[in-house]
Amino acid sequence: MKFSRLIALGLVALLAAGCGGNTMPDPGTDDGTMMDDGDMADTDGFEDGGLGDGEFFDEFDDSDELTMVIYFDFDQSTLRADYADLLQQHASNLANDSRSQIRLEGHADERGSREYNIGLGEQRSQAVRSLLLIQGASAGQISTVSFGEERAAAFGSDEESYELNRRVEIKYVN
Amino acid sequence: MKDLLVRWLMIPVLLLTFAGAAYAQLEVIITDYVGKRAPVAIVPFGWEGDTPSAPFDIDNVITEDLKRSGRFAPIAEGGMLQKPTERVNLDFDDWRILKVDAVIIGKIVQTGANVYSVQFQAFDVNSQEQLIGYRMPASRGTMRRVAHRAADMIYEKLTGIPGVFGTKVAYVTARGTGDDRLYTLVVSDTDGENQFTIMESTDPIMSPAWSPDSRELAYVSFEGDAATIYVQTLRSGNRIKVSSRAGINGAPAFSPDGRKLVVTLGGLGGNLDIYVLDLATRQFSRLTRHRAIDTEGTWAPDGRSIYFTSDRSGGPQVYRIEVGGGTAERVTFEGSYNARPRLSPDGKRVALVHLDRGNYRIGVLDLDDKDLLIVSNGTQDESPSFAPNSDSIIYATREGRNGVLEMVSADGLYRQRLGSRAGDIREPVWSPFPRY
Repeated sequence: MKFSRLIALGLVALLAAGCGGNTMPDPGTDDGTMMDDGDMADTDGFEDGGLGDGEFFDEFDDSDELTMVIYFDFDQSTLRADYADLLQQHASNLANDSRSQIRLEGHADERGSREYNIGLGEQRSQAVRSLLLIQGASAGQISTVSFGEERAAAFGSDEESYELNRRVEIKYVN
Repeated sequence: MKDLLVRWLMIPVLLLTFAGAAYAQLEVIITDYVGKRAPVAIVPFGWEGDTPSAPFDIDNVITEDLKRSGRFAPIAEGGMLQKPTERVNLDFDDWRILKVDAVIIGKIVQTGANVYSVQFQAFDVNSQEQLIGYRMPASRGTMRRVAHRAADMIYEKLTGIPGVFGTKVAYVTARGTGDDRLYTLVVSDTDGENQFTIMESTDPIMSPAWSPDSRELAYVSFEGDAATIYVQTLRSGNRIKVSSRAGINGAPAFSPDGRKLVVTLGGLGGNLDIYVLDLATRQFSRLTRHRAIDTEGTWAPDGRSIYFTSDRSGGPQVYRIEVGGGTAERVTFEGSYNARPRLSPDGKRVALVHLDRGNYRIGVLDLDDKDLLIVSNGTQDESPSFAPNSDSIIYATREGRNGVLEMVSADGLYRQRLGSRAGDIREPVWSPFPRY
């Protein structure tokens, strides 16, 4: 899965989850609409004075919006190597604030038996947890749970839906 | 997978049809196959009472019960040449012509304001002998139960097997999406009537399991975003939290004596293993100690061993371990995925989820000859559960995007989809015989 698509999905998940605190502020308007052309004219670094289609934009550093979803290959709980940097950022968040707590929620696609899929989801949560511990988080800051196939993100019976369901979601719980 | 032709040699229809393909794999029959089902006639019951018609259609419930068992093929009322309600009016020639093996007649007589007498008789058409005759009292409120009891008695007389028409099924339904998502644990009759909500939650409910006395259900609840095992008494609605250890608590199943639960615990490290929980002392004893996923434990009916799913050999397979502990012994060797074992109450077979050429289907493993029979034909079939007479299996399958329930005869020859209900239905479990 392409990293850019991942980020977009992660952002969608982030927005959908309604995480508090880090919502995107929109300077100058109260009704939550995205930038209009009037604002663009004053902004540096944009060629046409307008946004491209489908692009999110805010004035804050994008790296504050951490991806909160990690995806896995079929029947695997091995973390893909390209998640290492992302998880390091989460681990640093935790290391820098000892009161910070996260819950890792593991999931599986719908195929096969339900309780066995709880096991697969838990293995995935544990894989993420292990790496975070190595990267500086403390055990007391991380809890894990598995929902198996019970909390699907996508409801089709096709490869694309299965990919979206094989995941661990990271939730900051305080 | 054993060739069905070899197993069921006495069915002439099959032999004629497949004579040229003696060693071909036979796919299990879809609904309406007329194989071992005995043709019978259930004549509309007579009625003597205050109202123009009887308060309840008893013969219809009996007909549907016998049909659903997969062992009988009731003929349509339209084909009947006569409709007697008493022996004296019964003309066996009219039934011999229709080639039915047995005819069942009966009537409902009102004897008080809400007092009725239900009587029925079953006759063998060839010998003209009465097979069974019975009379029971009923009120309007008990008519349905009386109908199931009559079906049980007829069934047992004709097959030698106890009927299960008075038993119950429990299952989980899921409705709505997002914030409106609602899960319900429901108990109903085996025909879907008399639905009763046991528990409702905005968080997932999983793995219901009946106590041997049918009075309690164990289940897993994700209230508060953590997996916890509860045991709930059906009559009172009271429940006890029996397992809420750190990490995963899952897959509860009662022992045959009702005193213990086999459960799955994951602990902080998330390594799922099988444990036995003593419900009186609340002590856990650990049965498996392996870094693989060990889960979905279930008891053998003799109470001496536990079957479970483990992926210790790479993918999920079914294993068996003595209750006292020891080495787990592998039970399934056919295919790359065998999971969620459930023993038949007679101890002879194991129903399980089997991956069959890309489709998850229900398999039945004969513990004696080790044959694996595929009894369903969906793509995402799961959660098989035997009836207490070991003669039928209920399981979950898909109809489009929705989960629905199906029942199949244990030989795989007759399957019936159960009436659809609102929402997505999953995880059916068949109750034991009720203990009065």
